[in-house]
This record gives sequence, C-alpha cells and structure tokens, in this order.
Amino acid sequence: MATKKSSEKKSVQSADLPINKTYKLFINGAFPRTESGRYFQLDDADGNFMANICLSSRKDFRNSVVAARSAQQSWQDRAAFNKSQIVYRIAEMLDQKRDLFVNEMIQMGYSKSASDKEFTAAVDLVVYYAGWCDKYMQVFSNVNPVASSHFNFSVPEPTGIVATMASEKTALTGIIQAIIPPICGGNTVVVLSAEKYPATAISFAEVLATSDVPAGVVNILTGKRAELYSHFASHMDVNAVVIWDAEKADAKNVGALAADSVKRTHFYESKTPVVGNPDLIMNLQETKTTWHPIQNISGSKSGY
Amino acid sequence: MAKKNDTNTWSLSPAPESTSHIRIDKKYDLFIDGKFTPPQSKKYFKTINPATEEVLAEIADANEKDVDRAVKAARKAYTNVWSKMEPKERAKYIFRIARLLQERAREFAVIESMDGGKPIRESRDFDVPTAAAHFFYHAGWADKLEYAFPAKKPKSIGVVGQIIPWNFPLLMASWKIAPALAAGNTVVLKPAETTSLTALKLAELIRDSGIPDGVVNIITGAGETGKALVEHPDIDKIAFTGSTAVGKMIQRSLAGTNKKLTLELGGKAANIIFEDAALDQAVEGIINGIFFNQGHVCCAGSRVFVQESVVDAVTRRLEHRMNSLIIGDPLDKNTDIGAINSKGQLETVNKYLELGQKEGFEMFQAGNEPPKKGFWCKPTLFKNVAQSSIISKEEIFGPVLVMQTFRTIDEVIDKANNTPYGLSAGVWTDKGSKIFNLTSRLKAGVVWANTFNKFDPTSPFGGYKESGFGREGGIQGLSAYLKFD
Repeated sequence: MATKKSSEKKSVQSADLPINKTYKLFINGAFPRTESGRYFQLDDADGNFMANICLSSRKDFRNSVVAARSAQQSWQDRAAFNKSQIVYRIAEMLDQKRDLFVNEMIQMGYSKSASDKEFTAAVDLVVYYAGWCDKYMQVFSNVNPVASSHFNFSVPEPTGIVATMASEKTALTGIIQAIIPPICGGNTVVVLSAEKYPATAISFAEVLATSDVPAGVVNILTGKRAELYSHFASHMDVNAVVIWDAEKADAKNVGALAADSVKRTHFYESKTPVVGNPDLIMNLQETKTTWHPIQNISGSKSGY
Repeated sequence: MAKKNDTNTWSLSPAPESTSHIRIDKKYDLFIDGKFTPPQSKKYFKTINPATEEVLAEIADANEKDVDRAVKAARKAYTNVWSKMEPKERAKYIFRIARLLQERAREFAVIESMDGGKPIRESRDFDVPTAAAHFFYHAGWADKLEYAFPAKKPKSIGVVGQIIPWNFPLLMASWKIAPALAAGNTVVLKPAETTSLTALKLAELIRDSGIPDGVVNIITGAGETGKALVEHPDIDKIAFTGSTAVGKMIQRSLAGTNKKLTLELGGKAANIIFEDAALDQAVEGIINGIFFNQGHVCCAGSRVFVQESVVDAVTRRLEHRMNSLIIGDPLDKNTDIGAINSKGQLETVNKYLELGQKEGFEMFQAGNEPPKKGFWCKPTLFKNVAQSSIISKEEIFGPVLVMQTFRTIDEVIDKANNTPYGLSAGVWTDKGSKIFNLTSRLKAGVVWANTFNKFDPTSPFGGYKESGFGREGGIQGLSAYLKFD
C-alpha cells in the first residue's frame, strides 16, 4: 500500500492488488467525507495519482466547531495527569506506525533519510508536550501578595476552541505542532492540514483515534487555505485562531475578521527542525485570578 | 421605632473636602518631550465638573501632527536614553514617581473627584493610593525581569501607545505607565477627553521626578487623537482600556501589522448569591459590586443571581441598604454615589432605564433626591429580569443592577457564562468546595469569592472572550510590555 506506484505495477502481474486507503476527514472522532462532496487530487512526487483528498467546506468547518465546543469543557476538566497520559499514548501509537508515515512521506516527496528524521522528530515532539500537561500550570501560576487581607492566586485556563492551519513546510511535525500544544492546555482544536501533505495528516488522525483522545477534542480537515481563512477567522464560537506561515495579506484579513469576536490571533513562522516550546501552550491560555478574604491578618494594611 | 422611609432615620451634616489646597490651571497644553507645549491644532476643549457643570479648565486637543511629535519624542527617548539606562536606575525613577504621588495624594484625590464625579471617599481611599501602589510595585521589577521570565530573555518593546477611559483616570494612567516603564519602554498616553486633569497633573509630577524628557508623553483629545495614535507607524504596542466596540475597531485596524496589542474591554459580570452565603455580607458585596464608582466599572457586578430560596430575604435587605445610600456632592466625605461622568453617559444610562421598563421589568430606585445641577442617576434595581432581556445582556456602565434567580449550580453557571463578555464574576457562599467549583467553571478573568471589586498591582486583571486579551498587573501584566526570544 505504501509505495503504491511500484507495487500497483507489480500487483497487476501478481494479482495481488493492494487495498488503497480512502483519505477522509476527522470530525468528532469519526471519519466522514466532506459534506460538500468535493475533492482534490493528491499526486505523488513523480506526478502520479496518489489519492483523492476531501476538499473541506465551510459546513465541515462549522460541524467541527460544534464537535470541538461540546468536547471542550470535559476535556479541560480531565486531570492534568490524565491528559498527560493520553498525549503520551499518542506518541506510543504514532511510534508503532513508522513504516506507514515514512512511506507516505516518501511518496509525497521526502527522501528516505529526511522522512526518517521527520518521523523521529514528530514522536519526540509529542513526548515533549506530553510532559508539559501536568507542569505548565505549576510553572506559570502565581500567588499574588496583595496588600489587603485576601488570598489571591492566578492560574492559566484554556482559551477554548482553537482554529488553526498547519504549516505547509513539514509533513508531520507541522500538524503536530498545531494540534498538541493547544490540547495539552485543555483546548479543543479544529485544524486544517497542510495542503501539500494531507495524507500524513489523516494518517495522524488514525493515530489520534486509537489514543483515547475523546471525540471532538481534535478535528482535522483537508482542503485549501484560501477557501477557509475567512470562515476560521469569523466563526463566532471560535476563541483563538493560529495560522502557521501565513502570507502577510492573509494575516491582515484573518486579523481583521477575528476582531468581530475579539479572538486571540497568533501568526507563527515555523522553524525547521521543529522544536518544542511551552509558549505554544501558554499563548492559548487565559489567566484567571481568584480572590478570597482572609480573616484579619494582623498588620496587613494597604496604607501609605 | 423604624420609620417607613429609611432615608429619614437620620441625616448627616455636609462634610465637604476642602479644595483650597489644589491647583488647576486655566489651560493645559500637551506634555511632550518633558515640556508642556501648545497643540499644533491650536484647539482646546473644556473639561467640566459633572456634579456642577462648571468649567474646570481648557484642555489641548491633539491632532495628527501632535501625535507624531509625541511619538517622535518617545522614540528618541527610547533609542538614546531609556533603553540604554541601567535597569536599576530606571527603577529609581519609577519609585520616585510613586513617592511624589503619595506626597500629593490629597490634591490628586480632590481633582479626580472634581473632574470625574466620583465620591472623594473612593478617590481618596482607592484611586490615588492604588495608583501610587502600581508605580511602587512595578518599579522594583525593572532590574528583576529575568526572574519573572526565566529562560525567556525579556526585552523591552519600544514605544507604547496607551489609551485609557474616564472611569478611573489616574489609576488607569498609572497602571498603564508603570509596567511599561519598568519593562524599559517609552510611552505616549492619551486620557479620555472628559477626564484629562489628573493625567496632566501626573505629567507635572513625572516632570518633577526628573525622568528623562520624552520617556512619558501625555497627549489629550478625543477619539480622533486616539485613532491617530493607534495608526501611527512608529508605535510598537497599543494598550487600550475602554469599550468593546472601540476595542474591536482597534484590533481590526492593527490586523496585519507588527504592533502588539492588549485590550481591556467591557463586561457584564455575574455576582452569584447562594442560599448558604452570609447574606448581610453578600448584600454589601452586591452594593459594592454595582454602585462602586456609580457603576462606571468594566468589571461591575451588574448581573446579580440570587438562589430562589433566599430571593425575598436578599431583595428586602438589598432595597433597605440601597435606601441608605447617599447620592450627591462627590467632594462630601459621606457621599456614596457621585455624579455620572458626563451628559452623554447619563443619556446612555437613562436609555437603558427606559428600555428596562419598556421590556416590562419592575424597577426599584433608591436614595435621596440628587442635586438639580449636574448629571445624576439614582441607584437602580431591576427585578425578575429575563436572561434574554437587553438590560441583562448589554453593558450599561451605570448604577443599574439587574437581578435574576436560579435553583441549581449548573443552571447559574450556564446563565453566568451565557454572555460574550468574561471579565469578572463574584460568588457568595460559605462552602469552600462550592466556591472552587464555581470559580473554576466561570469563564472570567477575575473571580471574587465572598468579596467583590478588589484590585491590587500584584494581581493580574483582564478578561476572557470579548472582554479583551492580555492582563494588567502582576507578572502576567508585565509580560504584555516585553518581547521574548
């Protein structure tokens, strides 16, 4: 199945026809086709047909947001330790599928050594973020020494629903970088895969589907950025928009539309190789500060 | 014997704060590059006392050229002086400002009450001391930033444009300027056009501190001036506090630029009273939540949710307490509710009062008859308000409280969160586990449990959702004025 072109040629002679995978979307834990019925053709590096890929529509995006919203609170409420284990489980499931991903990447134009490297970096990245799930809150929380007789503390809380577009530069680390940091922080995600690398994105969805990630926490679309920018930016139930490697004009349009509901917007330039960075978690967190009176602490007056 | 009309049980003699020791000039120019200079627009506008409608002073109206002058001065000061100064020296200037403000605290409090209409009790005990505390707290950060952000190599951003509202003029100016300076930036600040005076007095004090020219520039004017500041190409960051509508315009206008942005916008906070709360304290909390500063507070507890079993007891106590509120001369030390900040804002509030009655909700108003002159609104309560009504959805920004009831915890969480805003919330109950259930479920940046409307320089303040993004105060607030590797 992996090196399809050569194996197909062989298979005609050997009557050993491979079962080609249908690449579909990943919404609410299921693999539906796009409701629009549209597709675009993905060719392999040699220009031969590789697969028909779903060309996602506005409606697919909106369905994904509904799924992400209904999954969000319960995902946020899961214990940090539990989230950490689930993300680590993603790494476990991913690591099992090295051949699948490496072969897909080779088909989509990676060299053997580059795809090996990309795959190893991808697994490492997931493991890195798995470890952050139960630590970022400790590292980035504060007890604040207010001058009045109150106990006051600030903790990070997930922003909510993150609509994101993965970098076009890498086949696997790009989409992992778009998905994993937000979900480590208790957000749910709707992600548009790289237009160039939809196959690995959907194969990654298969990894997520077997990693105890609850339905709706991650929703993956394939399609064209240009068609979906305005929908990502203008949906009123999206809390943050994260675009990797956006063109300047697109960033401007997305930023302007996002203002209608004061969305948090982040336009990141991806670096290669992709390395872990807790800012990607923290930039999708709100700070919540809680106050409660303390019964008379002597001497704690705010006078001057 | 209790009399029927609670307001008649006793009366207090007038106790006005003296205005003899304050100085207000007839005319104020723009504070640019360490000097007060006339505006190139050659235009001035009047600022009035909203309690008397008397003119206090004339204020310069900065145009685009004036904004450009201010930004250039700030850039020059950033490049040549402030960014090169040793952080510990930066700190000393900011400490100095804190001390100067404390020394002149009473003068600032009186002017704040005259220009903005807030009771002297609040400007004296809250606005001015908290403003000074912001300078004092942030000063010490200047040479300790690497400890606040380990492994991130914090650096100043450059020239910061700051636009502030009219509800806490001096406090907002201070909590914007102090962290910006501590982080090593220079500042162009624009106060709101109805309340420029204390910002300009602060400019005098900043000049007296000996801080290098151009590090802080204060320019006055209305929306057009703010727009010119936002759109100036040499600004590196905008920090805005004000309405959600204007915040959205600014976010839109900065889209696609490299300018950083933080927004502190509107709110419609839920203040939730459970049946097991200490009801007398909770009623004080409701009063403080909505009538503090005439309700001109973005985080005001403007929606009160009362558990059904105690709604009668709470309503009775609340109305009784509202009847004891004294409305009138902001400079009187016994005044609880001062003047509405401007004629325009009074019209807005009155529009909502009409709307609430038109929507069919029972309105209760309390307090003594306000003075004839000036802008006044009696403390107002709308009872049995529907979740879908306009007065429970839109920010009124006045002394107007809407009351809803609830039965279960899940119900009140749903109702409280069912708003595009998310700035603050309050919870009143004696049960600790219930408090933490609520405080973790309410989508709001600040949650007050068994208290309300508390502020501190060490405590991050800011909202979720359409209440804005970024925090002010604390370590989180500091990070908004820094860039990282």
